Amino acid sequence: MENAILIGGIGGQGVVMFGKILCYTAADVEGKFVTFYPSYGVEKRGGVSNCYVTISDDPIGAPKADDSNTVVALNDLAVKTFEKTLLPGGTFFIDSSVCELRPTRTDINVIEVPASEIAREIGNMKVANICMIGAFIGYSECLPPEKILETAFKMLGAKHPELNEVNEKAFFKGLEIGKAAK
Amino acid sequence: MDRVVMKGTEAIAEAAIRAGCRFFAGYPITPQNEIPEYFSRRMPQVGGIYLQGESETASAAMLYGAGATGIRAMTSSSSCGISLMSEAIAWMAGACLPVVLCNVMRGGPGIGSIQPSQQDYFQATKASGNGGFRMLVLAPSTLQEAVDMIYNAFDLAQKYKNPVFVLCDGFTGGMMEPVVLPPMMSDEAIAAERKANESWAATGRKGSPTKHKVSCGERPGYKVPLEEKNKMDWAMYESWKETEVEYEDYMTEDAELIITGYGITGRIARSAVDLLRKEGYKVGLIRPKKIHPFPEIAFEKLDYSKLRGILSCEMSIPPQYYYDVDAVVRRRTPIATCLRSGGEIISRAAIMEEAKKLYGEK
Amino acid sequence: MEKIFARPAGLQKNINGYCPGCLHSQIGKMIMTVLEEFDLLERAVMVDGVGCAASNRNYIDIDSVNSPHGRPCAVASALKRCSPESVVVTYQGDGDLASIGLAETMMAANRGDNISVFFINNANYGMTGGQMAPTTLMGMKTSTTPYGRNAEEHGYPMHMCEVLNTLTAPSYLARVTLIDPAHIRKAKEAVRQAIQHQLDGKGFSMVEFVSNCPTNWGVTPLESLNYIKEKMLPEFPLGEFRNK
Repeated sequence: MENAILIGGIGGQGVVMFGKILCYTAADVEGKFVTFYPSYGVEKRGGVSNCYVTISDDPIGAPKADDSNTVVALNDLAVKTFEKTLLPGGTFFIDSSVCELRPTRTDINVIEVPASEIAREIGNMKVANICMIGAFIGYSECLPPEKILETAFKMLGAKHPELNEVNEKAFFKGLEIGKAAK
Repeated sequence: MDRVVMKGTEAIAEAAIRAGCRFFAGYPITPQNEIPEYFSRRMPQVGGIYLQGESETASAAMLYGAGATGIRAMTSSSSCGISLMSEAIAWMAGACLPVVLCNVMRGGPGIGSIQPSQQDYFQATKASGNGGFRMLVLAPSTLQEAVDMIYNAFDLAQKYKNPVFVLCDGFTGGMMEPVVLPPMMSDEAIAAERKANESWAATGRKGSPTKHKVSCGERPGYKVPLEEKNKMDWAMYESWKETEVEYEDYMTEDAELIITGYGITGRIARSAVDLLRKEGYKVGLIRPKKIHPFPEIAFEKLDYSKLRGILSCEMSIPPQYYYDVDAVVRRRTPIATCLRSGGEIISRAAIMEEAKKLYGEK
Repeated sequence: MEKIFARPAGLQKNINGYCPGCLHSQIGKMIMTVLEEFDLLERAVMVDGVGCAASNRNYIDIDSVNSPHGRPCAVASALKRCSPESVVVTYQGDGDLASIGLAETMMAANRGDNISVFFINNANYGMTGGQMAPTTLMGMKTSTTPYGRNAEEHGYPMHMCEVLNTLTAPSYLARVTLIDPAHIRKAKEAVRQAIQHQLDGKGFSMVEFVSNCPTNWGVTPLESLNYIKEKMLPEFPLGEFRNK
């Protein structure tokens, strides 16, 4: 089973962090293969930021898949650009509190996660991407949730241990939304 | 064994350090900036030397100076930066210096783009500088292979007293993947090799009755007329055809169609072979792990009577790798191409589509 | 009989191939003499570039590295860092050091790399047939300035000691010449200083030799010394520019 995930947004939204958390977690899970490939514009801040994560039970051939099983769109440009790259039956996660556009295809599952709104309620905009990861994991069950949190604490908590609590809160909010969407 | 998730460029640098590399000089250029950055952090920790050159030209000259002392040394750059290094690369081949270079390829020609490509195939395999010298050219397709190849490259350089070139693309350099890192070469082994290299290194006579000259046309220890040195080099290149050919041969036994490519393209092509096999197409893969010497034998041993064709894939337009395939196949079967260029990543779907076209009716 | 002079041990017992009257042979011998006096022949490495200066390696009897045109300072910087026990000197002409290798020279000086640079300035590219160098004098006829160097087309002679003296890192900078015994004694002292600075770990040192090129200047050896005195020295004043 191969899950090709494409995460799209702009610099500063935590796109790369999203991908890295998946990548580091998968690498720690017995029997999983994983690749991560970031792609961004020449702007150092605020430019287009996408990344490709592939998690598989077999060795990975194409680390940047032509078509994804999963798209996570964090802004309207990503919605517009990546809708067509999703395989039929694939899942389209969307930060519904940021994106005004919605995918128009009918052969895909669209899961709306008001991640930024949840982050605002929690009191820290930075946790929106953790909320999205929660939703993705809750729905796809492709990696153990506790392992994801472990990685997130290791990566994000190293500098800011005080954020572990809000990250955890955001993650579980997302996880519930993902589970409920199944 | 350490299994860690690393970015390609950083894994390359760490593997080099573990291979005993104790000198690095380089100049910033995307997409390989993490290599010098990583060395600048790590070298002081292992008693090595990191030196930021004022240009690629100077960085390669610094590599030449370091190589002349017998230390394990490397530099890295990308495409147009490698062009600036060709001066010293030729000199290092001329002076028989055991150094390692890594090109993390980007789009070209000229400044091209910062995105990944495979547009430096000719440059790496045929003419990295003047004078017709050749190098072993290693072409990793995964991060693990990049790590293993860099690790091995230093031994090869020492063995042949010739620069070794690792041709990596920006994709492999930019991605992250779990890798198993090789063990660290011990300080004792490093010291022992430097001691042994004093038989030719230019660090002062130190009581030796003969002085050492590091210069083009000097074989370590003795001087020969240039033509003689050229002949000796040629004999070495020819010997590589026996000793250094390395390629992956995957499902070619009953294959009616061969897909071929190197580096990241080879990796993607391999997964295309898997998917095509599932659909009932008898396809196989030939993927050179070293693109010089070119694995002619892999193509020579094919049964052309049952082949429908060969699909040559690479991230270069016009193609370059294709011509080496063409030269060995010699019209015995049709060769088609699947190409991307200018920073675009070759897609598995496109390879499959072209393969099916060439395959014809199942 | 008392021996008062001998061929320096750092020189090979072969015949020097420099043109008659060319000061390269004097400068090469002087550096070897000083290295011998410091008892450094077993530790010394000479890095040369391309041009007449590069021929020097055929007459010396110490380890040497022949580097690409203009790159000796980069090569020497790396060599010294990898082998700190070695005493690393470069031997470069004006085209090598001040034109094609200007960046390498400037940056090695700016990093303060602990090497000693010997720069032979004879105002032209000797080996290739006397073309214009960055140091060619105003009005001087060369094979690529057949009507004489003029400011509109070619700019002005480059003063490397003065240029490097604008940097913070260099430790020793001096310009010398070899036109008579008094100047030769001063030049030798400058070479000594440059080596001493390296031994003391003080960083980048350079001695610029205002030299001659009788062949391409089209004058006799004696006339060339006069030319240095009358034309070159007013443009390239002698002296110690830096002695930290």
